[in-house]
Amino acid sequence: MKFSGGVHPAYHKDTAGLQIEAMPLLHRYVVPIAQHLGAPGKVLVAKGDRVARWQPLSEPVGFVSVPVHAPTSGTVKQVAALPHPLGRPMLAVEIESDGEDRPWEGLAPLGDWRSLDPAALRRAIQAAGVVGLGGATFPTHVKLSPPAEKKVDLLVINGAECEPYLTADHRVMLEQAAEVMEGVGLMMRVLGVPRACVGIESNKPDALAALRRACPADVAAEFVLLETKYPQGSEKHLIYALCGRRVPPGGLPMDVGCVVQNVGTAVACLEAVRDGLPMTERVATVTGAAINVPHNLRVRVGAPLLDVLAHCGGVTPDVGKVIFGGPMMGIGQFDMDVPLIKGTSGVLCLRDDEAVLYEGGPCIRCGACVDACPMGLVPSAMGLIAERFRFEELGDWHVLDCIECGSCAYVCPSRRPLVQHFKRGKAEWRDILEERRAKTERDAKRAETAATA
Amino acid sequence: MTLEPGTGPDGVPTEPATPVAEPITPRDLIVSASPHVHAGQDVPWIMRQVLLALLPGLLAGLWFFGLGALRVLVLAVAGCLACEWACARLVKRPATLRDYSAVVTGVLLAMNLPSGSPWWLVLIGSVVAIGLGKAVYGGLGYNPFNPALVARVFLLISFPVQMTTWVVPQGPGTALDAATGATPLGAIKEAVGLGRTVAEAGAPGLRDLLLGNVGGSFGEVSALALLLGGLWLLWRGVIRWQVPVAFMAATALVTGVAHLADPAHYASPLVHLLGGGLMLGAWFMATDMVTSPVTRRGLLIFGAGCGLLTAVIRLWGGYPEGVSFAILLMNAATPLIDRWTRPRVFGEARRLYREADAA
Repeated sequence: MKFSGGVHPAYHKDTAGLQIEAMPLLHRYVVPIAQHLGAPGKVLVAKGDRVARWQPLSEPVGFVSVPVHAPTSGTVKQVAALPHPLGRPMLAVEIESDGEDRPWEGLAPLGDWRSLDPAALRRAIQAAGVVGLGGATFPTHVKLSPPAEKKVDLLVINGAECEPYLTADHRVMLEQAAEVMEGVGLMMRVLGVPRACVGIESNKPDALAALRRACPADVAAEFVLLETKYPQGSEKHLIYALCGRRVPPGGLPMDVGCVVQNVGTAVACLEAVRDGLPMTERVATVTGAAINVPHNLRVRVGAPLLDVLAHCGGVTPDVGKVIFGGPMMGIGQFDMDVPLIKGTSGVLCLRDDEAVLYEGGPCIRCGACVDACPMGLVPSAMGLIAERFRFEELGDWHVLDCIECGSCAYVCPSRRPLVQHFKRGKAEWRDILEERRAKTERDAKRAETAATA
Repeated sequence: MTLEPGTGPDGVPTEPATPVAEPITPRDLIVSASPHVHAGQDVPWIMRQVLLALLPGLLAGLWFFGLGALRVLVLAVAGCLACEWACARLVKRPATLRDYSAVVTGVLLAMNLPSGSPWWLVLIGSVVAIGLGKAVYGGLGYNPFNPALVARVFLLISFPVQMTTWVVPQGPGTALDAATGATPLGAIKEAVGLGRTVAEAGAPGLRDLLLGNVGGSFGEVSALALLLGGLWLLWRGVIRWQVPVAFMAATALVTGVAHLADPAHYASPLVHLLGGGLMLGAWFMATDMVTSPVTRRGLLIFGAGCGLLTAVIRLWGGYPEGVSFAILLMNAATPLIDRWTRPRVFGEARRLYREADAA
């Protein structure tokens, strides 16, 4: 099934043919404690401590929380607020490598997932710090623990990789097809679902063939080639494209019986269970016209951006923008000292002349954004409202349903910074809702007090 | 926080790069919200496409009405540009001449005027179009009505004689003081008003209507040339099909039914489609993005409304021509149509939507 809206940006998947290459060991890693959506863990190490590779640096503080682990062995140089890809400094552990890459002795491989019960699998996945590698970095064990009242019957595997430039998932599907499919089987076992559906955009038929070939007989997976259209990899649109179910506004995939996981996450789950390996590395695409030697890199989490760029031959003098993620939803970086983290699917280096600055002329009501919005919103009207700071009206326009995919701003002939407006609008509207809720609560309490007096 | 500009794949560094002579500092990098790439179109591009699409109609007008038409065109464009510049200056805003929108307004205004219009009429029209039609609302994007049509209707009401003195086309050599006559629709209206039949009105044939060898505003006469330009705009993705198709279909439907019922007093729908300002209106004026709805469903309603009103005014109104009035009336209805035709949010049930909308 095809969703309405969406855009067809130039795909630039130039790195699709490059084998994944492991990044050499660095002298220094910066491992932020918060690399996932949810509560940051509690730090377990202090300055001067010796740590081993895969040793936990933090422990989860609750269910929606995961630990982070040391990418290599060495000494903790500091535990402090350090540059973070989200833009402001956050608590991180800086490790000076000792060059030995000595593994942690506490690793606990569980072996074959087929003989383990779901609770044990879930525990192993949380302990390994596995988060969704598609970019949102939601803790995977939480997604794999739907409440009993939600009947989940389908595991959706996201191999769409609809962001232009990025080829990390594509390479993982080609080079680690067997591990992806084992991971899929593992996650199906955790969820207790009878089938899985793998969605891949039509520009990667080789990935689909590889996965199909590698699929074990006891993993009931279907493979679907999807229209190549951005944002095909958006959870809601992927589910709709694969099985025709529509996640309701404000709802989650589990509301329509689905759980969505990225292909890279499947591999991470498998490694966490089979080998007891925590998530300390991921595959990231380093590409763009302003990088000298594009790569698909297996990079350890915490590697400073500067070193990653240097490994790829450095940037060209006309570099204009360095983005973590793809060009549609990625985050522009200003500090070359930020580390690559679990959610960094790529580093995109654009030239000056490619980097768009959204100066924002007047809306000419051309309706291109309305045609492009995959969520059925009216970005033109919402942009005008947000521009005038009338945030309390944005709720009526379903601003919280905006997935920030950027299709609207991509087509806007007036180059209006629509996504920026909606990011702010969503935050402001959430604040307004929170205020209203608090007020209702206060009023109720007051009425109660008055009644008892 | 400095970065060595790369020199190529020679040697794979495993150590952090050290600061060198030409460091890239954070100040050199652009940081802005996503998305970081763009499809490429911008407002000047859209306006240039419209101008290109108007070219066939314009050339046809110049061919039939000669120097008089050229004079109107130059005056209108110059007037609109000057007024646009002056308005921006008045409110101390950067000049917006480069977005080409004033040129489009000027060309459309000129095409909506008789080729024999006196210079002052054209200039008043330019000032009204840009000043009263656009600038007072805040400039491009904020005007509720099509600026060129505001000017045309203003002039039609204020100077009815000058605005309905139509030069009879005589080819490129048409003199500035050429003979005048009625438009085809005007002739039919007058004849029917006097109790005669359509056939007795002596209106030009369909071939002349198609090519444009008839009296009328200089840019509206050649249905064929305008249609070509309109189709090109559609092909380029500048306009959406809903408006012109619904517009023409509604006009054809109403005039067709009337014609079938009483062919003696109601002209054939082909005359209505090819005659008057319908092609110019349906493809170039009603499709003005600023003053039409944003959703495709909205555009269908908008176009159909334009067509219906045009037919009603032409058949039963006081004026022989109704395109301008019809579009302006539907411009006024645009906010309402936008409200009605809000798309359904992905995943939202139909019932929920109604409730949310009513709340």
